[in-house]
Amino acid sequence: MTVRKETGERKTRSLRIMNMHIPYHIVMIIWSFISIFPLWFLFINTFKVKKEIYINFFGLPQKWTLENYQALVSNSDFFVYFRNSFLVVVVSLFMILLVGSLAAYALAHWRTKTSRGVYFFFVIGMMLPIKIATIRLLQIMKALNTLNTLFCLFPVYIAMGLPTAVFILTEFIHGLPGELYEAGYMDGAGRFKIWYRIVVPLIRPALATVAIYNLVPIWNDLWFPLIFITKESSKTVLLAVTRLQGQYSTDWPKVLTILALSALPVIVLYLCMSKSFIKGLTAGAVKG
Amino acid sequence: MEAKRKRIPALQGGKSIKPGGIYWMRYMIPALLFYVVFMAYPMLDSIRLSLYEGTAGTREFVGFANYVRLFTDEVVSKRFWNAFGNNWIFFAYHMILQNALGIFFAAVLTNRTMKGRQFYQTLIFIPCTVAVLVTGYLFKMMMNPQWSKAPLESVGLGFLVHSPQGWLGDRATALSAVSLVSVWQWVGIPTMMFVAAFQSIDDDLLEAASIEGASPWQQFIRIRVPLIVPVIGMVAIMTFVANFNAFDAVFAMETLDGAPDYATDLIGTLFYRYGVAGQHPVGIPEPGLGSAISTTIFAMLLCGVVPVLIKTQGKE
Repeated sequence: MTVRKETGERKTRSLRIMNMHIPYHIVMIIWSFISIFPLWFLFINTFKVKKEIYINFFGLPQKWTLENYQALVSNSDFFVYFRNSFLVVVVSLFMILLVGSLAAYALAHWRTKTSRGVYFFFVIGMMLPIKIATIRLLQIMKALNTLNTLFCLFPVYIAMGLPTAVFILTEFIHGLPGELYEAGYMDGAGRFKIWYRIVVPLIRPALATVAIYNLVPIWNDLWFPLIFITKESSKTVLLAVTRLQGQYSTDWPKVLTILALSALPVIVLYLCMSKSFIKGLTAGAVKG
Repeated sequence: MEAKRKRIPALQGGKSIKPGGIYWMRYMIPALLFYVVFMAYPMLDSIRLSLYEGTAGTREFVGFANYVRLFTDEVVSKRFWNAFGNNWIFFAYHMILQNALGIFFAAVLTNRTMKGRQFYQTLIFIPCTVAVLVTGYLFKMMMNPQWSKAPLESVGLGFLVHSPQGWLGDRATALSAVSLVSVWQWVGIPTMMFVAAFQSIDDDLLEAASIEGASPWQQFIRIRVPLIVPVIGMVAIMTFVANFNAFDAVFAMETLDGAPDYATDLIGTLFYRYGVAGQHPVGIPEPGLGSAISTTIFAMLLCGVVPVLIKTQGKE
């Protein structure tokens, strides 16, 4: 009797130790450290004076300073770059959501063989990087006379975002209960009114997913600005980073401050809503 | 006339219960316009462009000459096959290392009894939100022996410096270094996808298996992994597509030429040099040759994506 009780106790204790998952925690702590160490290194060095970085590369600053940030903020160009990036993201996202949700509304209700074809035509774009169309796009933008303005970036990003938008939103709208439309219809609302009064408010979570899915790649895109834009006043933050990196090439804390400032908005946004971010950035891969 | 019209489904208007395609078109036209004009058409028209030589003013039809040059010309083909090979190595690193790490982390992070999972998830995913350009510059700096030699030696990790040129400057290690930085950055994406996939597995299945005496390892290999094959296929496709899309990592760490000595040249940088910017000494872009490169990628992506899609997603 007592023997059995003892083994039982031993079992629960070993189970408790097993459930602490010590080896797993060790692995995850190491990898978490590897994940954030470069960013820690990035931010910590922005608070150092120019000379300190030569003697103290990985450590905390001996003397904290904000002069790198002050120097950059007083550089008025920097606001222009941020404004451009911000505009590009906001306008593109707005258009993706607007145009995408209209198309998805149609594709969710009009269900024939033709509509399946149109749907597939959109969705195949998820698998094909728009980069392979670059040369032709460059000619199109030249013909439209939009090179060196933000207007050559908007349509590219909108087109790039539409496949996922249509994919996610069509499934979502299709899953809404049909009674909702009938109710709206009975009350005499037209289909367009049903779209903006009933559908759009209900699909907000899906709209958020689509927005996040596109936000990060658009903010972080270098390829199209690099090819389409050479004029200072139209540069995005990331494109400016490539130039300023050369300009301040001997002043490393300043270079790192530029990198930090370009990365900061997205990181902060991510930390505020990490769950929706993870859901958004991995969307499009999970079927249905 | 009116009565007859009503019977054609495609022509049904907004007033009917089931409007037809003509009616719904008005909702789709804006999306179709953007998608066709700025994505589908330029993509497909690049194929036509690859059959021409010269720039817009002096364009001339040359048939498959651009492809012949790309695959066999002494100078061009050397660069192309070099970048092509590098791309496969780059891909192998991601496919094997990144996705294996992703499955492993996901298995750990879906352990019900483990604490702090959310915390680890949040941290692992942070690099995915930072631009490749930023992490590229950062790693370039950290791997530069000029900076990291002294601090690393002071803590006894001097071997991490590698050689006077550093990992990125050595022909033998540069491509691996670039690939590993990219793996580091993107491992969060497959991890989170596998986490979602593992979480969707019915608990009863695993419970039944564990009552039958299956060890955690057996459950993992025999039940959990086979059940997420569609997601593994999807991740494989995304890895494949992303690799032929890669450009920023090499641009940030190794310049446009894929230094040292083209050891890190990828299709992305090659495409940029030939098609957009112009090859170094001449500096005149060759849209025809560039389009031939992009059409080759296009064909390869289709060949890689479609079979995997059919094989892993078809069952549902």
